[in-house]
Order: sequence, then structure tokens, then C-alpha cells
Amino acid sequence: MTPAPSVILFTVLSGMGFGLLAFLGAGFVQPVGWVAFFHWGLGYALAVGGLSAATFHLGNPQRALRAFTQWQTSWLSREAWASVVTLLLLAPVALSDWLGLGWPRVTGLIGAVACFGTVFTTSMIYAQIAAVPRWNNWTVPVMFLSFELTGGALLAGQVWPALIGGIALILALYAHKTKGDVAFAKRGQTLGKATGLDQVGSATVFEQPHTSPNYLMREMIYVVARKHVARLWPIAFGAAAILPAGMVVLLPHHLLTFAMAAVIHLTGAAASRWLFFAQAEHVVGLYYGQR
Amino acid sequence: MTQLPTHTDKKLGLVIDLDTCVGCQACVTACKGWNDQGYGAELSDQNPYGAEPSGTFLNRVHSYQVQPDIGAAQIINFPRSCLHCEDAPCVTVCPTGASYKRTEDGIVLVNEDACIGCGLCAWACPYGARELDQAAGVMKKCTLCVDRIYNENLPEEDREPACVRTCPTNARHFGDFADPDSKVSKLVAERGGYDLMPDLKTKPTNKYLPPRKKDIPQEASLLAPLLDIQATGFAGWLDKVLGKLG
Repeated sequence: MTPAPSVILFTVLSGMGFGLLAFLGAGFVQPVGWVAFFHWGLGYALAVGGLSAATFHLGNPQRALRAFTQWQTSWLSREAWASVVTLLLLAPVALSDWLGLGWPRVTGLIGAVACFGTVFTTSMIYAQIAAVPRWNNWTVPVMFLSFELTGGALLAGQVWPALIGGIALILALYAHKTKGDVAFAKRGQTLGKATGLDQVGSATVFEQPHTSPNYLMREMIYVVARKHVARLWPIAFGAAAILPAGMVVLLPHHLLTFAMAAVIHLTGAAASRWLFFAQAEHVVGLYYGQR
Repeated sequence: MTQLPTHTDKKLGLVIDLDTCVGCQACVTACKGWNDQGYGAELSDQNPYGAEPSGTFLNRVHSYQVQPDIGAAQIINFPRSCLHCEDAPCVTVCPTGASYKRTEDGIVLVNEDACIGCGLCAWACPYGARELDQAAGVMKKCTLCVDRIYNENLPEEDREPACVRTCPTNARHFGDFADPDSKVSKLVAERGGYDLMPDLKTKPTNKYLPPRKKDIPQEASLLAPLLDIQATGFAGWLDKVLGKLG
């Protein structure tokens, strides 16, 4: 699958934003006044910024509101609802923290849980697609939620959650990589099987149906930069999980430590998300003799 | 609604005969021709006369070389379009309700006025049946020529999908799979029509007929009887002498 920058930005930023909002909502940090404004503001900016980045790749974004209608079957529609409900649930707590109103934090706790629910719906948009075997398994939601936990903990300046998140992330990335690497082969689809021509003999592409790439090939067959895969995986593991977790445990617990760790984590998250798309192979590629 | 109907009254779809398809691409052209002028947004082209022409098509014809265990390799042409699946994954993923499957005849359609062009349905389709039009920003797919098959302004023989109507070798057939006595149902039963990627559990309506078994080609040369002529008389003597000299 082609790693579109808008979708990488959307999933990485909104995941981290909802992570921070979860820690703020649950009261792990309870900033007051303008510190609260900037802390909550950062969470909202990342979450909303990420969500709006996702609308950049729409063909007709002016109709985006219609995406709220099909929550009964569509994970994308459920995500739209989950994100709006979560942001609304947390709003009174954010206001209360900023203006010192002392309102009850109950909606904050519910909102914190909803933050993880929202990222779960995001992950299911990908995990539900049977036509992309690498995505079609439980490691995708686990990985997305681990990213949320780690990113949120780093931005909220939480040492132990960041360490637990980092360890969870290493395991989740490892599970996603190892399970994903064999997923396509395990599905057992080949050109011969996809066309049914294996009952005649061994099939190869004789001639493509069109002379230059079409939408399908541009969107779902991405072979250009897979050569960087071997180099990017260590970066993903190191920058997203190992380095930030190590930094917050070993270095002094200073704002700068957490800020640097968060930036490094963000780089690793982007690398990992790029791999998430670039390595995912869609079965339609079989018809073109490419994956 | 993106909830799939539990039952459709008819199951309209296509049978594609891989034995007779010659890969002429007439169905591709007829499809684009018809669907470019009536139903929904037009099928745009990008850079049509440039170095990398690209455009939206609802039907693509692949060409494969298949090497059987015995005998010569065969070229098999393989048209690929929407299969109008019973359990269409493209429909349920749609966030806006633009994608739907009709209860009356099972045709999978897109309401372009509700489509936001997110492309998720194209990802969900294992068969590459959906293409996002780059000019209109809405998803395009085979409509089974819904604006032809019920169109009483057309002569009766034209009330079938454009691809079927135009096929010069009768490699494409249109009909109702819910009726066991229909032409398409009988063809599937007689010729062993099959589903594409059945393990993905999409339950496609369209079926493909496998190429018929080919005769085993003769190994011996057709000229063999001629080469075996024994020369007689003077020619025979010459043959013997020259054979000895050689």
C-alpha cells in the first residue's frame, strides 16, 4: 500500500494526541492555569490536527460530515463518532483545569478510556481489511494502542507509563513484524489461485491490461522503496521505543528530557507507520504479477 | 445503508468464459463508452496523449501465459471487473452509506452524491474492482449497466450490459444466478464455473468458466510420411553410392 503522507501524519499525530489527552483526563498530571492551557492545547492540537490531516486525501472533503452515518458497519464511521465524543467528554475537564473551576473529573476518566477506544477504531480501519493480509490480524490494534500509551506518557512526562509503553511497543512491533512477514504467504494466494488458472497450469503475466499505472497500482502496489525496509525497522524499534524509554529512566526527569524523548519517539513512530503502509501488500497486486 | 441485505430477490451478474475470450478489449472500450455519458460522473482520463496516460475504467482485461504440465503454453485473457459479491466488503466499510447493494437485484452501486472519496472501499475490495476517479474525486465501479438493463427506451436485445452486448466472441453472459434455469446458471453448472478467491468469503456473484481442455499436440512432424520415401531405380542406386561415399 502506498504510504500517503496525510495518512501517516493522521495516524501518528492523532494517536499521540489522544494518548496525551488520556493521561490528562485520567489526572496523571493536573496542570493549572496557563500550563494546563498549553498541555491540554497540545493534546487537542495533535488529535484534531491529525484528524484534519486525514481529510486531505479525500476526493470530496466537503461531504465529510456524512461519515457519521454508517457507524453500524463501518469502522471509519465509528472512528468519526469516537473521536468527536472523546474530545467533547474531555472538554469540561480541560476548561476546569485551565480556569481553575474545580469541576468533577468523572468525564475526564471516561474520556481517558474513550481516548484508547478512539485509537482502537482507527486501528480497526486497517485490521479489518482481509485483502491486505499483513494488516488483517490482532497485532495492528495492539501496536496502535502501544504507540498511544508511549507517546501520551512521554508528552505527559510520566516515567513508569512511558517505560511500560516502550516495552509494550517493542513487543507489539516485533509481533506485527514477524506475523506480518509471513501473512501473505500464509493466506496462500498466488496469481494462479487468484485467477483460478492454476487448474490449467502455472500462470505468469503475459501482458498488462494497461500500458501505464492506474489508480489501483498507484494506491495498492508500492514496490519503489521497499529496499529501505531493512534499515528502517531498527530505526523504528530504536527511535520509537528503546531510546525514549531509556532516556526517561536514565536521564534527569527534566522537561527537556521528555521533550527530546517525545520528538525521537515521533520520528520512530513515523518510520514505523511508513513501514506499516509500504510493506503491506494488497492481493490485487497478484493480478498484475506484482506485490 | 451499508448494511448488506440478507437476501436479494435476483442475483444479477456475469459469466465470463475464459475459453473464448480473445482479449480484443472491446468490452473495455464499450464499457468506457457507455458509462462515460450517462450514469454518474464521467470516467476521466489524465494525460491521455502524454507519456503516461491514465484513466478510470470499470473493466480491465489481463493477459496471462499458462504453462500446463503437458503440452504447449496457452495465452488466457482474463477480464476483471466488479463481481457484485453477496458479502461485499466494499459496502460495509463505507462510512457515508454511498456504497450499497440493491435488495431487488443484488447490484452493488455507489451513490456518488454521498461519496467523500476516501478510497477505503477500493482497499477493501480484493479484486481491484473500484477506481477513484481522479477528476471527480468519487469512487467508480461497474454498475452492471443498470441504466441499460431496465431501459425500456432501448430495443430489447440491447438491454444487457455494454460489455456483454459488444463481445464479438460471446465470452460474456449476463443473467440471474438466483434462477437455476437461467442461461448463466446452466452455463456455470455445465462448465464448472468458479469464484475468484473464494477463501476471502466475499461470495462473488460473477463466475468464470475455465478454459476447455486442449488436445494433445502431435509430437511427430507432419512431413514424416514424405521423409520416409525410399528411392528406387537409378535414384536408389545413387542414394546407396553417395551414402557409402559420405
